[in-house]
Amino acid sequence: MKKLAYDLVVIGGGPAGLASALEAKRNGVKKILICERAPYLGGILNQCIHNGFGLSYFKEELTGPEYAERFITEVEKTDIDVKLGTMVLEILEDQQIIAVNRKDGMFIVETKAVILAMGCRERTRGALTIPGERPAGVMTAGAAQNYVNLEGYIPGKEVVILGSGDIGLIMARRLTLEGVNVKGVLEVMPYSTGLVRNKVQCLDDFGIPLLLSHTITEIHGKDRVEGVTIAAVDEKLQPIEGTEQYVSCDTLLLSVGLIPENELTNKLGCEMDRVTKGPIVNEKRITNIPWVFACGNVLHVHDLVDNVTQEAEIAGKAAAALITGKMNEEEKIVEVTHDKNIGYVLPQHFDALNNQDKVVKFFLRVKNPDEDIKLVVKDNSEKVLMNVKKSIVEPGTMITFNLPRQFVTKDTSSIDISIAREQAE
Amino acid sequence: MKTDVLIIGGGVIGASIAHQLAKYNMDIILVEKASDVCMGTSKANSAMIHSGFNIKGDTLKGKLALESNKVIKQLCDDLSVGYIKPLGSITVGFEESDLERMKGTLENGIKNGIKGMKLLNQKELHEMEPNLNPEAKYGLYEPETGIINPFEFTVALAENAVINGAKVILGTEVLDVIVEDKKVKGVKTNNGDIEAKVIINAAGLYADKIAGMVEAVDFEIKPRKGEYFLYDKKWRSVLNHPIYSAPTKVSKGMIIVPTVDGNLLAGSNAETIDDTTDLATSSIALNGIYGNTISHLFPQLPRMGDVITTFAGLRAASTNEDFIIEPAKTVAGFINVAGIQSPGLTSAPAIATMVEGLVREADHDLDFAPRTNYEKGRQAPVVLADLPYEERTALIEKNPDFGEIVCRCESISKGEIKKAIHRPIPATNIDAVKRRVRAGMGRCQGGFCGPKVLDILSEELNISPLEVTQKGDKSFVLASRNKELSLEEGDRNYEKISI
Repeated sequence: MKKLAYDLVVIGGGPAGLASALEAKRNGVKKILICERAPYLGGILNQCIHNGFGLSYFKEELTGPEYAERFITEVEKTDIDVKLGTMVLEILEDQQIIAVNRKDGMFIVETKAVILAMGCRERTRGALTIPGERPAGVMTAGAAQNYVNLEGYIPGKEVVILGSGDIGLIMARRLTLEGVNVKGVLEVMPYSTGLVRNKVQCLDDFGIPLLLSHTITEIHGKDRVEGVTIAAVDEKLQPIEGTEQYVSCDTLLLSVGLIPENELTNKLGCEMDRVTKGPIVNEKRITNIPWVFACGNVLHVHDLVDNVTQEAEIAGKAAAALITGKMNEEEKIVEVTHDKNIGYVLPQHFDALNNQDKVVKFFLRVKNPDEDIKLVVKDNSEKVLMNVKKSIVEPGTMITFNLPRQFVTKDTSSIDISIAREQAE
Repeated sequence: MKTDVLIIGGGVIGASIAHQLAKYNMDIILVEKASDVCMGTSKANSAMIHSGFNIKGDTLKGKLALESNKVIKQLCDDLSVGYIKPLGSITVGFEESDLERMKGTLENGIKNGIKGMKLLNQKELHEMEPNLNPEAKYGLYEPETGIINPFEFTVALAENAVINGAKVILGTEVLDVIVEDKKVKGVKTNNGDIEAKVIINAAGLYADKIAGMVEAVDFEIKPRKGEYFLYDKKWRSVLNHPIYSAPTKVSKGMIIVPTVDGNLLAGSNAETIDDTTDLATSSIALNGIYGNTISHLFPQLPRMGDVITTFAGLRAASTNEDFIIEPAKTVAGFINVAGIQSPGLTSAPAIATMVEGLVREADHDLDFAPRTNYEKGRQAPVVLADLPYEERTALIEKNPDFGEIVCRCESISKGEIKKAIHRPIPATNIDAVKRRVRAGMGRCQGGFCGPKVLDILSEELNISPLEVTQKGDKSFVLASRNKELSLEEGDRNYEKISI
C-alpha cells in the first residue's frame, strides 16, 4: 500500500473543505491534501444551480457552481493537492487515514491534522417509516436535484413534496420550470422549516400551496407512485382522523431534514452532540481529539453556504495554528449551555485563554418560531453578559452572534444562553 | 422450447429445486414472472435458519426444517453464502403464563432433538441480554438458531443451477399448463410455450392458481402479511442473540434478530389478506409491532430515525397450515410444492431433496445419471469490504473499478456493481443491484448512489436512463429528459392540492 505524508488532510472538497484548506494555506500550512469522493470539487453546490449564494460572504448573488468556482480557482492557484474520486475509509487513532481511489488503490496518509468536511445526507422515507407500498418515484429532493441538474432527467410529471426544507422548496420551483405539476408541499410542523425567502420565491411566486400541519399517511402504487394519502396533524403531530385526502401523483419528493455524515467521526470515537448529530467542538472547531477539526454540514446543518465558509475558515486557521505550533498549550474550558427553547448552540464549549480572537462567534437555532425576543447570555455567576435582540426567529434560520471576550473573566466556567421576551417599551 | 423439468417460480424453493436437479443429466428450465429471482416470500422474511426447537416435529414442515439443519451449513459453504450459525436464540417472557408456554416449547425442542436448551431465570436472562427491558422475567435459551441472507442464498442456488446448465428465464409468467391424456405436456407463457416432461409448481403465493390450471385443487393460498422494521447497524449491539417474544397460541412469537450484514430486523405481525400483491405497510401494524414488541423488549430502540426501512412480506400459507409437497392427484408429471410458509427458507434444501424423489417417481425415463463436469459451487462475488487492504489494492490494480466507491454508506465499488450486472443471474434494476451488493441498502437508502447506480445500469445494459427501473416491470425511475416535458403537446393537469 502506498504511503503518503501531509501536514493536513481535509476530508471533503465541498464549500467547507475548500475554504478550510485555503485558510490553512494562508496561515502557513505547507503540505495540504483534499480528499473528495466525487470526480469534481465543489460538493453539493454543483447541483445547486439556483442563485442566492454568497450574499453575505461575497456581497453579491451567485449560483452554487459559481460560488464553488471562486474557491476552486483559489485552490488551483496554490500547491494544495487534491485527490478526486477518493473515498476515505477510516481515520486511525495514530493520525493516519486510509483512503481508496481508482489510481492509487488503497493508500495511507500520515498527517498532523485532519479537518472533517464530509457534509450531510438527507433523511429518507425509511427513517420516517412512512407506511404504504414501496413503488419507484419516492426519492429525496436532493436526489431529484441531482437527476435534473446534473444528469438532465426529470423524475416525474406530477409531484408532491413532503417537508418544507430548503432543497424541497428549491426543487418545487425547479420542477415547475421544467413543466412538472408540483401539486403542493406538505409540512408536518405548523411553520415552514426552510428559509422565508425560499418559501416566497419558490412556492408563493408559482402558486404552489404550502400545507402546514399536514403529512403523508400512506404511499400508493405498485410499480410507480400513483398517489399519496395526506392528512392534517394535531399538536402532537399525529394524523387527525377524518382529514385524509387522496392526492394522485407519480412522484413523492422528501425534504424532511439533513443529517451530518459522521460515519468516520463515529468510528474514530469523537464525542458527539445528540442534537446536532455532529462532533462536540470548541470555538476553534476542535473535536475532543486534538488533531481533528470539523466544519460545515458535518458539524451541524447550516442554512447558508456563507456561514459554512466562515466556519470553515475558523477550522482552517485553527488547524494551521496546531500544525505551525502556535496553538495555546494551556486551555481553560468554558461550557456553553442553553434553555429548552433553543435547539442547539455551537460551539458547545470554548477556551477562556484563547487570546487570538477578540470574540467568540456563536451559531444557534431556536426550536420554535417567535417574535420580539432577546437572547440573554449569562455567566455562571448569573451575571448578564449581553442581550441579543431579535424581531423574528425561526428554526429554519440560523442565528449568529459574537460574544466579546472581554466579558469572559478568570472566574467564568460556563455561560448560559436563554430566550426572554422583549419587554414592550 | 423444450425441457425435461420445468420449475415455475424463482423463489428460494424453485431455486433450491433447480440446484438439486442440476446435479443430474437432465434439462431444466426455471421460469419466474418477476425481473429477478427471490422476489416474493423469499425476499421479505426474518432471514432466520430455524433450528426447529419451536416447530412441531410431526408436521411435514417440522420434519423438513430439522433435516435441512443437518445439511445447510455445507450447502452454504459450497455456494459461498454467508451463514451465521449457531447464534442461538432467547425467548423472552414477562408473565407467569409466558413461562408455562415456554416450558411447552422446551419440551417440544427436546423432543425434536435440540440439545442444550434451558430455561433462564431473571438474573441469567439479563446477564445474557443486558439491554433487555428490566421487567422481563423469564427466558428460554436455545443454542442452534442461525441467520442467512435470503437474497444471497436464493441467487447462489439459482446461479449454481445455471452454471450446471439449467436455464433461468426471468420476466416469464405461466399463463396455462398444457395437459394431454392426463399427463402434462408443457406450459403457455407470455414468452411462448415451453414443453416439459415434469412440471414443478413452486409458485409461492400463486401456487394455488398454478395448481388449478391442472386440476381442481383442495387447497388455497391465503397470503399472511407480516411487517418488519430494519434498524441501522449502530443498534446491532443492543442484543447478543436473536430474541423471540413469548409465543402465543398461533405464533412462534415476534422476533428481533440480527442480519448477516449487521443490521437488526424486528417483526412481524400476521394478518391474513386476499390480495397477493398487497405489500403495503400500515401505521396501525407498525405502531403495534413497535408498541407491543420492540419497545417492550428493548425500550431504547427508536420508533423512527435510526430505522433504515420498514417493509411487508407475504407468507404463502396454505389453508391446512402445513407444507403441501405432492404430485397432482389426477394428472401425471405435475408436482405441487405449495403452502411454503415459515420455516420455508430453512427447509428449502430438504424440500428440494424431497421433490427430487417425487420427480424420480413422476417420470422414470428422466436421466438421473450424475451430470458430467458438475460444479458444486459458484464463483464467489468479490466483497471488497471483507478483504484485507493489501488484497483490495491488488484487485484495484487489475481493475480500477474496484477503487471507485459508488455507495458510500456501505463502501460498495463500481466494480462490484458491474460484476453483479453480469453474473449468471444478472441484476438488471436498482433494487436487484441492492439485493446483491448492498448498494443503496445503507443509511442514505440510495439518496446518493441511486443516480450513480442508474447510470451504471444504463451503461452496462446499453439502455437509456429512462428505461432503468427500480424493481422491474414499469417501475421506471425517471419520466423524461429535461425540457421535453415543457414542450409536450396536449392538456396537462396543473391542479394543485386544495383542502
